[in-house]
Amino acid sequence: MDFRARLALLLLILLTACGAGEQDPSSNSPAVYIENKGSDTMVNLALAWAERYQAEYPDVRISVTGGGSGTGIAALVNGTVDIANASRAMKSEEIETAQAAGIDPVEFIVARDAIAVIVHPDNPVSQLTLQQLSDIYSGRIDNWSEVGGEDRPIVRLSRETNSGTHVYFLETVLRLGDKTNTTLFSPDTLLLPSSEVIINEVRQNPNAIGYDGLGYVPEDLKIVTVAEADGGPYVLPMISTVNDKSYPIARDLYMYTAGEPTGALLDYLDWIRSEEAQQIVSELGFVPILAYNP
Amino acid sequence: MDKKNSWQEFVIPRLIRASGYSAIVFVALIFYFLLREGLPALAEVKLGELLSQRWYPIEAHFGILPLITGSLIVTLGAMLVAIPFGIGTAVFLSEIAPRWLREVLKPLVELLGGLPSVMLGFLGILVLSPFLRIFLNLPTGLTALAGSLLLGGIAVPTVVSIAEDALDAVPMSYREGAWALGATRWQTIWRVTLPAARSGVLTALMLGVGRTIGETMTVMMVTGNAPVMAIALDSILHPVRTMTATIAAEMGEVATGSTHYHVLFFIGMLLFLISLVVNVLASSVVFRSKKRAERVLS
Repeated sequence: MDFRARLALLLLILLTACGAGEQDPSSNSPAVYIENKGSDTMVNLALAWAERYQAEYPDVRISVTGGGSGTGIAALVNGTVDIANASRAMKSEEIETAQAAGIDPVEFIVARDAIAVIVHPDNPVSQLTLQQLSDIYSGRIDNWSEVGGEDRPIVRLSRETNSGTHVYFLETVLRLGDKTNTTLFSPDTLLLPSSEVIINEVRQNPNAIGYDGLGYVPEDLKIVTVAEADGGPYVLPMISTVNDKSYPIARDLYMYTAGEPTGALLDYLDWIRSEEAQQIVSELGFVPILAYNP
Repeated sequence: MDKKNSWQEFVIPRLIRASGYSAIVFVALIFYFLLREGLPALAEVKLGELLSQRWYPIEAHFGILPLITGSLIVTLGAMLVAIPFGIGTAVFLSEIAPRWLREVLKPLVELLGGLPSVMLGFLGILVLSPFLRIFLNLPTGLTALAGSLLLGGIAVPTVVSIAEDALDAVPMSYREGAWALGATRWQTIWRVTLPAARSGVLTALMLGVGRTIGETMTVMMVTGNAPVMAIALDSILHPVRTMTATIAAEMGEVATGSTHYHVLFFIGMLLFLISLVVNVLASSVVFRSKKRAERVLS
């Protein structure tokens, strides 16, 4: 049954491929297709790049889909996409799986992302250390008065567990980057299905604390400054502080190809790391790589 | 002419019978699929771990008790909303409202039933939850209560539509008999019409429960999805995570065949069993009351 279904699918793909092959000569511009899939954090960025690039090079067709970093990497290993977007580096198991499938993934850092910690504009708390954030999210601190705020309960907001941002926040903030640390989110942390729901709750609830990609935080919310250590400098996330790595909750965004890219794929990746494409990175609220990687 | 008729006589009953049996076949197939994908969870996760109170699947904490209590409390709350409003509206439509009003109201109520649940979810986030937070002075409005109120609203049209049909089917002579004995309108409704329509009304409530416990999008948006045990009296005022929201939020990213995948199907299996039990209970109650009624009549 399963085998037949796969056979049917294969036939269908072959047929469409033949169809496409027949169409190409008639239109006289042999198109290059690039399949691009992965991180939901990077979807808007990848789409913006693809649109601009296609406008400049009409013979290139780029399709961008989300689904999460893991999904993108799995698709790269299965050979269904040319570029996998990932908001984290590939895990060693994933690299092993890829190599077992005869694919040697090549890594490109294409942008940076900072996680901003957000609170209601009326909340008097404007600075927190990583340790305080860890204590808040793990449930050791339950009231804003313990971190210099009003006597209000803290409502913790987080993305769902399947979000790359959730995992990154867990590893970098709750566990302070320590791999042996097994701190978990407090069970009463609200796990919300999207950025919009988090932002909306923070906007109207003075008890709430949330986190989200810097690019998604609207102007009317208050971004907390974060210090890596007690008393250490409290840093506001912005392009310059992420670039000089003084803001502690920031990460690289990656694109992976199966083996060293060549031809149109290489052209595209080179273009992504050009000034023009990195301009788009800043426009979307992410942090360009060019400043320290000229 | 005759030949054609006999050919039709042969095919049509069999088609009808086949479509009747197909419902059973489909349910059996779905249950088989759930069992096949869900039962391995019992082998992969210790029962003690499965019955623990911590749900954090990406670190292999598979305690499903918070999810079960979450679903139950939201459903219970929703029925507390849907039963009085649903039956009240049905009684009003069938017994009290003049004909023209009824012809306007009933389609409107049924239209409400067609409202996409994602829209209700947004309504919950933007209007209901801030209101609840301020009005009840809660830390956050994204609570089981918000889910219950919206799900109650979703269940009302189902309850109204079926209960009203059941009330409508009660013969006019029953009411006339009660009035002739000097019963007031209220006494007639409460002691004669409603009991006579009991099996239909109960079916309406059970379908309402089914609609509520299976609803996903709205609860995922408004209940906060925090996997905490909801067993205290004030749990309705706290965030909860339901079984459906868990499946919806996590199934998309889970690796096929992993422990997490099997546990999610196990939860689906539990949901199936819960609605099965609800339906069996309902039909047994209906069956028993019918038998008694027949005894009395004979």
